[in-house]
Amino acid sequence: MADLALSHELNPPLVLGDPTYAEVTAKVAGIAERKTPRAWYIAITFTGSLTLVLLAMLTYLVVTGIGVWGNNSPVGWAWDITNFVFWVGIGHAGTLISAILFLFRQRWRTSINRFAEAMTLFAVACAGIFPLFHTGRPWRAAYWLFPIPNPSLNLWQNFRSPLMWDVFAVSTYATVSAMFWFVGMVPDLATFRDRATHPVRKFIFSILSLGWRGSARHWKHYEMAYLLLAGLSTPLVLSVHTIVSFDFAVSVVPGWHATIFPPYFVAGAIFSGFAMVMTLMVIARQVFGLQQLVTMKHLENMNKVMLATSMIVGFAYATEFFTAWYSGNPYERFVFINRAFGPYWWAYWTMVTCNVLIPQLFWFKKVRTWVPAMFVISILINVGMWFERFVIIVTSLHRDFLPSSWGYFKPTPVDMLTLAGSFGLFLTLFLLFVRFLPMISIAEVKGMMAALREHGTRHDAEAAVHFGDMRG
Amino acid sequence: MSDILHQITLPGAAAPGRATAPEISVSAGHEPAGKEYWRSLTGRTQGTGFQDWLRREFPEAAELLDSGSRRTMLKLMAASFGLAGLTACSRPVEKILPNSKGVEDQVPGNALFYATAMSLGGAATGLLVEAHDGRPTKIEGNPEHPFSRGAASAFHQASILSLYDPDRTRRVLYNGAASSWDEFAAFAAKQFGEPRRGLSTPPRSEAEWARAALSPSAVTGEGLRFLSQTVNSPSLEAMRARVLAKLPGAKWIEYEPLSENEALAGAELAFGKALRPLYRFDRADVVLSLDADFLGLDSPSVTAIKDFSKRRRVASSADTMNRLYVAESQYSITGAMADHRLRIKSTGIPALALEVARVLGLAPAGLTVLENSARRKWVAAVARDLKKNAGRSLVVVGPRQPAAVHALAHWINHALGNAGATVVYIETPRRPQLPALKELAAEINAGKVETLVILGGNPSYDAPADLDFAAAIRKVPVTVCLGQEPNETAALAEWQLPEAHYLETWGDARALDGTVSIQQPLIQPLFAGRSAAEVLSLIAGENRRAYDIVREYWLAQWPGATAEKAWRKSLHDGVVAGTAAKLVPAAPDGKRILAALEKLPPAAGLEINFYPSASTWDGRSANNGWLQEAPDPMTKLTWDNAALLSPATARNAGLKNGDVIALSAGGRTVEAPVWIQPGHADDSVSVALGWGRTTCGRVGAGAGHNVYPLRTAAALWSLRGASLRKTGRTYKLSTTQEHHSMEGRPIVREASLEEYRRDPDFASKPDGNRDLGQLFPEFSYDKGSQWGMAIDLNSCIGCNACVLACQAENNIPIVGKDQVARGREMHWIRLDRYYNGPEEDPQAVTQPMACQQCENAPCESVCPVAATSHSPEGLNDMAYNRCVGTRYCANNCPYKVRRFNFLDYHKGLEEPAKMVFNPDVTVRMRGVMEKCTYCVQRIEEKKTQARAEGRRAIRDGEILTACQQTCPGEAIVFGNINDPNSRVAQLKKQKRNYGVLTELNTRPRTTYLAKLRNANPELA
Repeated sequence: MADLALSHELNPPLVLGDPTYAEVTAKVAGIAERKTPRAWYIAITFTGSLTLVLLAMLTYLVVTGIGVWGNNSPVGWAWDITNFVFWVGIGHAGTLISAILFLFRQRWRTSINRFAEAMTLFAVACAGIFPLFHTGRPWRAAYWLFPIPNPSLNLWQNFRSPLMWDVFAVSTYATVSAMFWFVGMVPDLATFRDRATHPVRKFIFSILSLGWRGSARHWKHYEMAYLLLAGLSTPLVLSVHTIVSFDFAVSVVPGWHATIFPPYFVAGAIFSGFAMVMTLMVIARQVFGLQQLVTMKHLENMNKVMLATSMIVGFAYATEFFTAWYSGNPYERFVFINRAFGPYWWAYWTMVTCNVLIPQLFWFKKVRTWVPAMFVISILINVGMWFERFVIIVTSLHRDFLPSSWGYFKPTPVDMLTLAGSFGLFLTLFLLFVRFLPMISIAEVKGMMAALREHGTRHDAEAAVHFGDMRG
Repeated sequence: MSDILHQITLPGAAAPGRATAPEISVSAGHEPAGKEYWRSLTGRTQGTGFQDWLRREFPEAAELLDSGSRRTMLKLMAASFGLAGLTACSRPVEKILPNSKGVEDQVPGNALFYATAMSLGGAATGLLVEAHDGRPTKIEGNPEHPFSRGAASAFHQASILSLYDPDRTRRVLYNGAASSWDEFAAFAAKQFGEPRRGLSTPPRSEAEWARAALSPSAVTGEGLRFLSQTVNSPSLEAMRARVLAKLPGAKWIEYEPLSENEALAGAELAFGKALRPLYRFDRADVVLSLDADFLGLDSPSVTAIKDFSKRRRVASSADTMNRLYVAESQYSITGAMADHRLRIKSTGIPALALEVARVLGLAPAGLTVLENSARRKWVAAVARDLKKNAGRSLVVVGPRQPAAVHALAHWINHALGNAGATVVYIETPRRPQLPALKELAAEINAGKVETLVILGGNPSYDAPADLDFAAAIRKVPVTVCLGQEPNETAALAEWQLPEAHYLETWGDARALDGTVSIQQPLIQPLFAGRSAAEVLSLIAGENRRAYDIVREYWLAQWPGATAEKAWRKSLHDGVVAGTAAKLVPAAPDGKRILAALEKLPPAAGLEINFYPSASTWDGRSANNGWLQEAPDPMTKLTWDNAALLSPATARNAGLKNGDVIALSAGGRTVEAPVWIQPGHADDSVSVALGWGRTTCGRVGAGAGHNVYPLRTAAALWSLRGASLRKTGRTYKLSTTQEHHSMEGRPIVREASLEEYRRDPDFASKPDGNRDLGQLFPEFSYDKGSQWGMAIDLNSCIGCNACVLACQAENNIPIVGKDQVARGREMHWIRLDRYYNGPEEDPQAVTQPMACQQCENAPCESVCPVAATSHSPEGLNDMAYNRCVGTRYCANNCPYKVRRFNFLDYHKGLEEPAKMVFNPDVTVRMRGVMEKCTYCVQRIEEKKTQARAEGRRAIRDGEILTACQQTCPGEAIVFGNINDPNSRVAQLKKQKRNYGVLTELNTRPRTTYLAKLRNANPELA
């Protein structure tokens, strides 16, 4: 027993209070089944309004032109692509938690993976807006960027362009993530169906759960499908942001043209993704009383991931400076000196502070396990990561080769409202998700509990069968 | 007839057009019963219903019907219907002729070129104007014209836009209400053809006219004054002489705000007669410019650049080039070309000129007051150089300098033996204009002027402030103002007459050397405008048209038999042969000059100098959007003027860019924003005239600050003892270039002539001659042509002509001040201006930068929809309709020459502004990227022509890009680099040739010839 106590201290349990399966089901499903709380309506009114702001801004943009933003020559891309990379980055945590941690049998992922996957999808949805709407003629870009027959123009896409690669990388990522998310949710949707009392609700969940009955055969196929999708998604975690980074790395712009970009971007994406999961998780955990299922252990692990990735990006920042100096390329050197001490110094130092300095607080266990601290830090990290993209894009473009063409970018209110609106869309989708769908994977949590029970302690859980009986 | 008939539907009558057809039989069997069938129209129209209707509607026709002629009736009805339509139109019936035979030489879709001429500041430039289907679209210099020689300035290029300006005066206005030329003619007949004494307002009725009439002896023109800009048209002069002979009491006053008063007075002082110097910069080895921006705005024609740049072309290190010294207060583009530039207050120039004269032994030592030892050293070196090159040197003086300095320069040139070599003289009828203008103001104020006819010009805006012409015009009982656009003067006039644009009417004009060009119109007046000669003709009671006036004048100049031929030849060539003025010898009187110099006050305190504006000239082109948006060649400001100060002066006054200051002198104050100009003289403020128009079209109204209120008849160009005060307010200025240092990058490469001789390869050194290799097999370009361009930085003056030419040729929109401030200007070619050296006194260089048409174009590989891709002739093509506007190409362009349509910049264009578009070039929509195409439309046109002529090769020099064609410095050369004998290939073989940013392996097709400065070893 003392042993167990010690091991709990070293390795705290992933489910607290030893709930029964029924309690777990009731807890998670209950959130979606009880009467809609007033607070939810208030929240969605707010986020929905922001979403309408996004719609209004995009309509204004399409009707008037890119000129409603602050973009100019030489800063052809500014907040549009900053937002795109930012949201795609956010989307990384989901697949990482779902796929990579799954393959590595990291059991602590189970309480947070559904949440993270949903976040991924919504973030990718937000991200997807910008590559389309940043174009001057989105009504053309909407289909000219896809290799579909276009007899009137005889147009065939230029596959040398990283933007083309982007189209495929992001759309593949969105598709696979959606599939992964949905497939993983099928057993839980069946649980919702079985618990449903209202015929309409029952009907909808019947369709969504694809006739799931929980037979062993179903489970066998399901687990194989999940494993395959996990395997399929794993390279995507690396590939999507690698390709997004190619938008910059393949160009000739000093400050963009760097081989370090792929790993640097992927690490940054995971960094920001975890931070966003953390921000939302802390709120959801508090609001829905999920402390039993999302334990301090989960939060602490995520903080550790953030600490690690923070140092990777910090290292990347330093490496960029080193390479710029070591390359002897005057343009490259100038760009980095200009980043730190030029007109956008404030953006650069905001980025460094939020991404490198502040996360160092996670070295302290007290900070790592103190919810208010991690909430604030996770928000700061996302501020920092947004600035990272801004710094990369805008400070590199605004002063490149010919000093005659140097310029300065200033955002317009439309820029700002569009970014705010994208948060509105993201949060609205999230609110809908937590209201109507199982925000924690009931089946997986139960599976993990079963494995723990079977083997006495969670030490052996790694070797355990993945899913046990999940019906409570 | 039958068409009209078909439109008439008579109740009950079907298809009246078939009225004469045989009876229409209907097979009753197939029709349902109960309907009333009729067998023929005859039977039908006998019915009472129709007849009743006909009587009601057309009583006369009913009578005809009664008379039994149905056909007559129908004819009549048809005719009356047709005429009813016609009478609804308000326009008078005009005869039009079908273009069945076609206009001579016109092939639909092919452009035609006509020779004509444009005058600016009293000097004509011969032009060749391109017309598409009767619509002028582009202006080029006339290669046959001795003063333009194929080039045109920014003002000429942009003048086409003013033709189609929707804000032009569209009709005759009488007291602001719509009137007509007929009414004006009636007024003129009464006002000028009959006694008019005692009239304060034009009579409104016949009875009033009758009451006003006095004795016939009053028909003298007493109290009638004409005010015009400088007249340089022989036919208008003849017309003027006729009118003044008829109305001997009338007077004619010429006034041009950017006049040559001091230069003319200086010549008078030196030679005792009115002479005009013509400078031959192509013969001068050493040029000293004393406050003269002779390559820029102080010279209304492009001749100086043509001649000067000839001496800047260096093919090998054995070649020589001229040497230019400039002493000036403002940093002009002439100063930027200088091999040695001395910044000095304008009011300090007389002392400097005297010092030159002293070193040359002309002036006694006691006169010179140049204290500064560095300046003395500079002057001594310059003077020695002038002397060493006696007979091949030249001293020129700018219009801001007093007459005595002009005279002194004549004397120096004479003493150096330059007269007759680098400077020649012609007689000129011109005299300083100011005295006559002052007299006119006095006459008006004394109530002696009853009718003022202003034929062009805007005196209430640009006349010296102390004459207060705005108030004066209000005192004149009747003012007639002829002008192209509404302006401050026309707003005060009783009669506002629309003036024809020079492309709309016939005329003739003299270049500075006297050469006359016939001004041929290319289009009917768009807004019923008339020329000054036509208005004069109306006043003279002749009412002849411009064509007759000009043609009759010229036919009378030639012997009868050859006259018609000479006329046709003059029209064709754009030059009237043998009209150049004769050169006259000139000897200056040194004593008189020295005496005048002694009277000049020394430089003291803060000075304010006035300059022409590179955009508005004297204010006249304020409503021209192209010129407004063309960046000032030195400051790169658009849509504004500013008070230019040296960095030290600004620092001492605690001023930074955009601070509004109040400039005061002689009790007058104006406000203007500050712009710090490196290399400006200290204690000196330079302001461009021609801004801050109040009554103007929509483009120019409110742009810039008006500084004319500071300008008095006593000090037209330079104010002494001025003061400036910070107001504490700021003003937003829009500039196209915010950074002025090259940051040590090898962008513009420059060496002294000596360094070049020592090391001819200096220009390619920074690239290290590395072959960066190719990842993919190279395209061979072994068939046909591959295009390239070479730009000689040594002969590029930075005058903006190429920017405007490109704008006109390629339908480039203007974006407005706010968009420029946001960095969204659309110019396909820009002039990058860099400073090097200390902020207080830097050197400046200019580099035209357009798409480099890279062989390894970074833009091409990143476009996802392949909207920009390589052509088999090496061009970096843009397919606008493919572009979706990702702007990735622009980001990846190291030269930042791609321009994006952030907004719909062509939106809301009114008629006739759209007519200015070149039909050979797509007008781009918003959301689309655009850039220089090497004028691909011109390339294709010539290729088509070559094919049509059955030849495959295109001759070198056959294709001229728009920038190249107009470049007065002939700095831009375009051609086929596959042909080793082409000019461009030859230039690229020169050792000065280098590419910008070639270390990126972009392999630009546009390369530059490095700049050289012919430094004087004594001053180096």
